Amino acid sequence: MVRFENVGLRYGMGPEVLQDLSFSIEPGTFQFLTGPSGAGKTSLMRLMLLSLKPTRGLISLFGQEATQLDQDRMTALRRRIGVVFQDFRLLDHLTTYENVGLPLRVRGKEEAVYRAEVVELLKWVGLGDRMHAYPPVLSGGEQQRVAIARALIMQPELLLADEPTGNVDPTMARRLIRLFVELQRSGTSVIVATHDLSLMDQFDDARRLVLGEGRLHIYE
Amino acid sequence: MNDMTDDMQRDAMNADFPPAETRVSLLGARPAETPLVPPETIAGRALVFVVAIMTFLAALAMGGAILVSQASADWRSAVSRETTVQVMPAPGRNIETDVGAAQELLADTPGVAEARAMSKAESEKLLEPWLGGGLNLDDLAVPRMIVVKLSGAPIDLVDIQARLSRVAPTATLDDHRMWSERLARMANALVMVAILLLALVLTAMTVAVYFATRGAMAGAKDIIEVLHFTGATDGYISREFQRHVLGLSTRGAMIGGGLAGAFFYLAGLFSRRLTASPGGQVEALFGSFSIGWLGYFAIAIIALASAAIAGLTSRIVVFHRLRNLS
Repeated sequence: MVRFENVGLRYGMGPEVLQDLSFSIEPGTFQFLTGPSGAGKTSLMRLMLLSLKPTRGLISLFGQEATQLDQDRMTALRRRIGVVFQDFRLLDHLTTYENVGLPLRVRGKEEAVYRAEVVELLKWVGLGDRMHAYPPVLSGGEQQRVAIARALIMQPELLLADEPTGNVDPTMARRLIRLFVELQRSGTSVIVATHDLSLMDQFDDARRLVLGEGRLHIYE
Repeated sequence: MNDMTDDMQRDAMNADFPPAETRVSLLGARPAETPLVPPETIAGRALVFVVAIMTFLAALAMGGAILVSQASADWRSAVSRETTVQVMPAPGRNIETDVGAAQELLADTPGVAEARAMSKAESEKLLEPWLGGGLNLDDLAVPRMIVVKLSGAPIDLVDIQARLSRVAPTATLDDHRMWSERLARMANALVMVAILLLALVLTAMTVAVYFATRGAMAGAKDIIEVLHFTGATDGYISREFQRHVLGLSTRGAMIGGGLAGAFFYLAGLFSRRLTASPGGQVEALFGSFSIGWLGYFAIAIIALASAAIAGLTSRIVVFHRLRNLS
């Protein structure tokens, strides 16, 4: 599903922040991506999202070599990926409901068709009564759940979540990770970037990708 | 998730959520979806303001060109409907006989509706503004005038001058052609200046829209990124931005065009009130100061063209910027 071969990344003329990354993500697997702050977790996520191009090496997504794609193919690949940003990236002028329905809306679907689906997911993440609220009035945890619901609404084949439990209490964090595990069981590959060691320990059968000093160490 | 059927779940969820059809826009049955580009921003309001001013100025230039063109046509038409024959006194000739012969010849000429010789008293009265009243002008060689009104049929003024010279050698025909040509040249120059102004204003507006669109996109970089990651194509994003800029520009164009229309309407009313008093200068220059239905139609076309130019400009900018962002 995702394959990196000797991938390196540097910003401008600076040093390589990621060096010789070689790994693959198989369909229906769950893994944590961890490492100290500044280790390059977000950069690695952005490489997988095709929003950064590697300085060297090969990235393959869903069987397609990803560094030479035109815009249409890139969009087609991104549509198979759900993403939860560390800073949520919600559109402040859209309601919670509209933010979650955004991936369906940009695919040209009629609101009447996806309404029930969005409402159901919002209720499931505990935001059934906040559907008409705008992001600026939501708490950090609520915004995070909106971002997660937006990433899940299309039932993506690959889910990239950057610190998805950073702003929620431990109970909600466990609930969200269980949601991701459920998603993985239904066939989605899940990559969760986190600092939270205790949370990782609660799901200790998950694969761990550990970034340190620009290199990746994998613990199966 | 629970034992409810899918339909029951959907009904239960829809019960506490207003269906899209109840949130319809004012434009029709299309559901009022919140625009993806925030509609009310400082840059957006500035764009409405700039397009309104530019459209107003463009419409003023166009209205001015129409006014000058109409006034020029009126002047030339008035001038070309009338001509004058001047008979000079000369030693050995009887001016009354010459005037009579010239008037008779003119009256019999096809294309002449009326030839009226001004009496000696009338001719002398014409000199009053320069020489003052109450003077005895018997010793002065005052020329006599024959006012010739033309019927509009084709007429050969050179032939008339030749025939006049035979019956009254001191008669000269003034066909006002020199004035008419000067007026035409001046009016054409003014119309060209107005068209140049119109082109400059529209160019300035294009530049303003270009930078406003760039500004809107720079301010919405995060939104564009989110749209990309949620699966929006460049075409979809550019349509959203284009709709945003087109909406704002259309609002600005309608305001500017409306104000220009109101300006010309009020100016027409005002000039009619002014010209109610005799000897009005405005009346002499611009006639009724009315641009007519053609003028209002031209203003509407300018407003539409402003909106269209803005839409086209924004489309080009958005595509270019998206390609750079990718």
